[in-house]
Amino acid sequence: MPADPMRQNSTRVDPVSMGRVRQNENPMDPAAASGYLDPPARVGFFTDTSICIGCKACEVACKEWNGVPEDGLQLTGMSYDNTGGLSADTWRHVAFIEQRVPIGANRPEALAAAPAGGTAAAGAGRGAGEAQQPAPVQGRQAVPAGAQGAAPVVAQPGLRWLMASDVCKHCTRAACLDVCPTGALFRTEFGTVVVQQDVCNGCGYCIPACPFGVIGQRSGDGRAWKCTLCYDRLTVGMEPACAKACPTQSIQFGVLDELRERADRRLADLHRAGVSDACLYGRDPADGVGGGGAFVLLLDEPEVYGLPPDPVVTTSDLAAMWRRVALAATALAAGGVVAFAGRRR
Amino acid sequence: MAECHPVGFQWVMEAKARGATVIHVDPRYTRTSAMADVHVPLRAGSDIVFLGALVNYVIENDKMFRDYVVAYTNGPTIITDEFVDTEDLDGIFSGFDEESRQYDDRTWRYEGAEVHVAAAVRDQGPGVRGDTDRTGHADRPGQGEASGPGGADGGARGAQRDETMQHPRCVLQILRRHFSRYTAEMVEDVCGVPQELFRRVAEAVTANSGRERTTAFCYAVGWTQHTVGVQYIRTAAILQLLLGNIGRPGGGILALRGHASIQGSTDIPTLYNLLPGYIPMPNAHRHHDLDSFVEAERIGTGYWANMRSYLVSLLTAWWGPAATADNDFCFDYLPRVTGDHSTYPTVEAQIDGRCKGYFIFGENPSVGSANAKMQRLGMANLDWLVVRDFSLIESATWWKDGPEIETGEMRTEDIGTEVFFFPAAAHTEKNGSFTNTQRMLQWHAQAVEPGGDARSDLWFTYHLGRRIRDALAASTDEMDRPIVDLQWDYPVEGPVDEPSAEAVLAEINGSDSDGRPIAGYGQLEADGSTSSGCWIYAGVYADGVNQAARRTPGSEQDWVAAEWGWAWPANRRIIYNRASADPDGRPWSERKALVWWDADMGRWTGHDVCDFPSGTSPHYRPPPGATGPDALSGIDPFIMQADGKGWLFAPTGLADGPLPAHYEPQDSPFTNRLYGRQRNPARELFRSRHNRYHPSPGQLGSEVFPYVVTTYRLTEHHTAGGMSRWLPYLAELQPEFFVEVSPELAAERGLRHLGWATVVTARNAIEGRVLVTERMAPLRVQGRVVHQIGLPYHWGPNGYSRGDAANELAALVLDPNVHIQEVKALSADIVPGRRPRGPALPAFVASYRERAGIVFTTGTER
Repeated sequence: MPADPMRQNSTRVDPVSMGRVRQNENPMDPAAASGYLDPPARVGFFTDTSICIGCKACEVACKEWNGVPEDGLQLTGMSYDNTGGLSADTWRHVAFIEQRVPIGANRPEALAAAPAGGTAAAGAGRGAGEAQQPAPVQGRQAVPAGAQGAAPVVAQPGLRWLMASDVCKHCTRAACLDVCPTGALFRTEFGTVVVQQDVCNGCGYCIPACPFGVIGQRSGDGRAWKCTLCYDRLTVGMEPACAKACPTQSIQFGVLDELRERADRRLADLHRAGVSDACLYGRDPADGVGGGGAFVLLLDEPEVYGLPPDPVVTTSDLAAMWRRVALAATALAAGGVVAFAGRRR
Repeated sequence: MAECHPVGFQWVMEAKARGATVIHVDPRYTRTSAMADVHVPLRAGSDIVFLGALVNYVIENDKMFRDYVVAYTNGPTIITDEFVDTEDLDGIFSGFDEESRQYDDRTWRYEGAEVHVAAAVRDQGPGVRGDTDRTGHADRPGQGEASGPGGADGGARGAQRDETMQHPRCVLQILRRHFSRYTAEMVEDVCGVPQELFRRVAEAVTANSGRERTTAFCYAVGWTQHTVGVQYIRTAAILQLLLGNIGRPGGGILALRGHASIQGSTDIPTLYNLLPGYIPMPNAHRHHDLDSFVEAERIGTGYWANMRSYLVSLLTAWWGPAATADNDFCFDYLPRVTGDHSTYPTVEAQIDGRCKGYFIFGENPSVGSANAKMQRLGMANLDWLVVRDFSLIESATWWKDGPEIETGEMRTEDIGTEVFFFPAAAHTEKNGSFTNTQRMLQWHAQAVEPGGDARSDLWFTYHLGRRIRDALAASTDEMDRPIVDLQWDYPVEGPVDEPSAEAVLAEINGSDSDGRPIAGYGQLEADGSTSSGCWIYAGVYADGVNQAARRTPGSEQDWVAAEWGWAWPANRRIIYNRASADPDGRPWSERKALVWWDADMGRWTGHDVCDFPSGTSPHYRPPPGATGPDALSGIDPFIMQADGKGWLFAPTGLADGPLPAHYEPQDSPFTNRLYGRQRNPARELFRSRHNRYHPSPGQLGSEVFPYVVTTYRLTEHHTAGGMSRWLPYLAELQPEFFVEVSPELAAERGLRHLGWATVVTARNAIEGRVLVTERMAPLRVQGRVVHQIGLPYHWGPNGYSRGDAANELAALVLDPNVHIQEVKALSADIVPGRRPRGPALPAFVASYRERAGIVFTTGTER
C-alpha cells in the first residue's frame, strides 16, 4: 500500500500538460475519434463508493456551480435518498441502500423470546406491519463495510448501508450523442459529452437513448440537461465541483487512464482484504458502451444500486438495422423495377 | 461524526486507510457506522456503564500503561480517609447534602495536602428550581469551565503518593474498587450490548494503546447532553489516561462541537461565568477587589499562578489608560455574577418576570433548546427581544405564528414583547476566525459584501456600543464609567463601515508598553504595562502578522503542520505533549515521538512546540516553597493542574462527584442497576407546570412512556435549521421532519413506513413522518426488549422545509457542572397518526399526564 494513498488521489490535472498528452494512438479515444487534432488526455471520474459517507456534498456543489434548480421537496422513504435519481435537475445523485442483515446479536432470534417493551399498548399495532419494510432491502451476505486497503477487517454482523454517488458516464460510445439531430450534444476535447443549451431544440431523442437514464428534459424549459463534467471548469484547469467538494475523495477526478490504474489497485486491495463482492462498473472499454469516462467501484451487484447490469449503447444496432432497411428498400425498389419492367413487356 | 462533521471525518477515513480500526458506539446505525469496522448500538443514556466497564477491563486485565500512569497521573496519590465512595453509600459520594442537593468536596482531597478549593468555591448549588424554590439561585461561577483548563487546585503540594499504587486509599485502588461493578455482564444488562461485542471493543482499544500505539476518542456534543454529561467525558478521560493516550500523537479526546467556532466562543466566552481565557467572572458577594479575587481564584503552582498578569492585561486591553494600579486596573468595572445566569435559569427568570430583555445571536431556542415551549413562554414575557439571524426563524416569529398561537395558549394581542429582527451577514460576507476543536484559529476572508441590511455581528456590536457611548458621553453618573472609559476605537472600512476584524485580533493578541504586538503569554505583566484581550491567544498576532491566516499546504511542511493557522496556546498542536516522552525525556517510542529533552542543548525540542517550560530538565524537582511554573517538577506534564498530573480522580472542581457514576436519565424506563440512586442526585431540576417529569420506572404510570427517545443531527441540516431549512438545495435533501423506528417497533405500534406518527411526553406532543429502518435496532435491556426512537431536531414551523421541533418533547433538567440540558435520552410514547390540532393538543398531552399520574413532584426524587 502506498504510504499516503488518499493524498495521492488528489492528483490534479495540470491544464498545460493535459494538452500535450497524445491519445491519438488509442483507438478508444473518443475525442480523437471525433476529429480533434492533438486533444488533451481523456478525463473522467472514478467514484469509489467504499469510502462514500453519503454527505451529498457532491449533489449540492453540482447544483450550486451549474445553477441546476432545486426540484422539489419529497420525502421518498428510500433510506436517506430524497433525490431519487439522475434527471435534468439532478446531475449527481447519491443512492442509499440499506441491506438487511440484522444488527447485533439481539435479533431476530433473541428478540423472539423476549417480552416486548411497550406493555401499555403493545398489542395495538401487532400484525399491522406488513407495509413497513424499508424500501431498498437486499438480501445479501454481510460484507465488512468499507474495508480499507490492507487494514485488518473485523467482520461486522449486521446491517450494511451502501452509499454511492452516481453521475453521467460520459460513455466512449454515447448513444445520446448519436441520436441528437441538432448537434447540441457534442464530444468535447476532454472526451466528455456535453449538451449545448443554445443549440438543443428539446426534441428529447437523447432521453430514451441513454441506457442509464441519465439525461432528462427540464419542465418549463423543454431542453435536455445533464452533467457536463464541469466543462467550464475543465477549460480553465479546475476539477469538477463535485470532486472538489467530496470530503473523503470518494469522487476522484483525473486522467482516465490513471484513474483506471488506481481503481484496479484499489479493487485488488479490497479483494485481498476479503471484500470479494467489490467490482468496477463502467471501467471496461469492452463493455456495451465502450467503457465510461465516469466509472465506479461498487460493493455489490450494479442492480442493487439501480444501475443496468449490462448496459449497451442503444444505437449499437443502428448500422445493422439500417443495413436491413437498405436491403428491404433495395428489394422493394428492385421489385418495383421488376414490376414496371414486366408491364413493359 | 460522518453525520455531523463530514469534512472532519475525512481524517478518520485517512486513518482507516492507514490501518486504523474504527469503532462506532451509538444507539443508531448512522453514516458513521456504515464506515466503521465495528458498530456498537447501545441504549441511549447508558454510556458511563460502557466506558466504566472499559476502565474496569483495563485495570483488572493489567492493560494500563503503567509507567505513564505512575509518572503522569494522580493514580499513586493517596486520598484522605474521610472520602467515602458510592460503593459504600449506595450511589452517592461523601459530602452530599440531601437538603441542598449539593456536594461539599472537602472530603475528596489529597491526603496531606492543604485544603484549597480555589476555583471550586460555591455557596449555593442548583438543587430544585421553580415553584416553591425561587430563592435557590445556583451560584458556582465558572466552576465547571474554569476547572477544565484551569485545573482546580486540589492542594497539590504535600500530597502523599504511593508509587507502587498498592495503598488502599491511593487513587488507582479507589478507582479499581469503584469500577469493579462495571462489568461486561453489567454492560449487557444496562446498555444492551452483548458481552462478546463489548470484549471485542475492549480488546481493540487496549491492543491499540501503549508505547507503540495510541487510540483517540471523538465525540459530537450529544455526548454531553445528559444530566451526567460532564461525567461521560470524565470517564473517557480516565480511560485515556490509564491507557497513556493523552498528550501523545493519535491520542486524546476530541470534542467535535456543534458550530464552526464554539471553541472560540468558549475561549472568548459567550458564557456568563467566564472572562476571556477561562478566567472566572467575579462574584458580587465574594470578590471585592482585584487582590481578593486573584488570591481566591489563582492556583499557586503551574501557569495559573500568573493569573494576575492575565487579568490585569485583559483589563488594560479593555480600559486602556483608565486602568491604573490605583484603581485596581478598573477591576470594579467588571460585571459581577450573583447566581446561575446560564441559558435555562434565564428562561425561568423570563417566565418569572425577572429577566426583561434578551439578545439572540445565531441561535434558535424556539427549536434548538430543550422544552421549546418554555423558551417561547419566556420570550413572551419580555419587554424586548433582539433576534439576529439570516432568516425569520421561529424565535423571531413565535408571537404571531408559533405553536402556542395555534393552540390558543397565547394570543398575539396579549404579548407585550417588542421584537427587533436584524438580518445577519454570513461568514462569507465578513472577515474573522474560526477556532476549531484542536484550538486552532483559521482566518477566513470576506468574499462579498452582505446584501441589503444584513450586517456582521461585529458590525452590530461595535456600532451599538458606539451609539450607546455617544449617548452617555456627557454622563457624570459613576454607573456609566465602565462604558465611557472603554477602549472602543476600532478602525472601520468598506461601504458599511465594517470594523476591522484584524484590529480586534490584534487587541486580543495584546501589545507591550511600546505598542508592539506581544509574542506569547509569557510576556504578560501584572503592572499594566502589557495588554491582552485573551491571554491564551497571545501570539496569534506575533510580529504584527495574522498568524491565523497562514495556509502553508500540508505537502510543504511536516506532519505537525505548524504553519497552517495558529493553535493556542503558543501554536502548540497537541497540549500536554510533555507526556509523549518518558520521565527521562525520551519519546516512549520512535513511532510516537513528538517532543523530547535534548540534554546537550539543555532544552526541550521536537516536532511540536513543547508544552512545558523549555529549559526545565526532566530531572528537575522543585525546591520547597517554589511557586508558579517553577513549582512543576520535570515529570509534571499537566502544567495547568496544580499537581501537574492527569486526574483519574478529581479531588475538586466537579459538582457531582470525584469519579463518574452511572445514573439513569431523568426520564428513563429502566431502574438503575448500579446503585440505589436512580438519577444524578446533584442534577438541576425545574419545577414548572410546563416542565413535568415522568414517573420513575416501577412507579404506577411509568409504563405510559415505554420507549427511549434520542435526538440528533443529520448531515443535510444544521442544528436548529436557521442555516439550512431556508436553503432549497439543502431542504430538498431532507425535506421534512421524520421519526426513525425499527420494524419491530413499527409492528408493535402499527406505524406505517412514510405514514404519520405522534410522539408524546409529559411536556408536549409532536408529529412526523415515519421512517421504518433496520438501522434502529431494538436492544435487550434488563431482560426485556427496549425500542429506541430517533428524532432529528432540525425542524420547526418556519422556513422552506418544515416540521415539528423534537425539542418540544424534552424536559428542562441539567447537568450540575455546566448546566447542559438532557436531550439525548428521554422516555416517550409513540402512536400512529397525526397529532391533535388547536386546543386539542394541550388537552391530549394533559391526558397523558393524567394517565401517568404525573404531579408537581413526579421525578424530582433524590
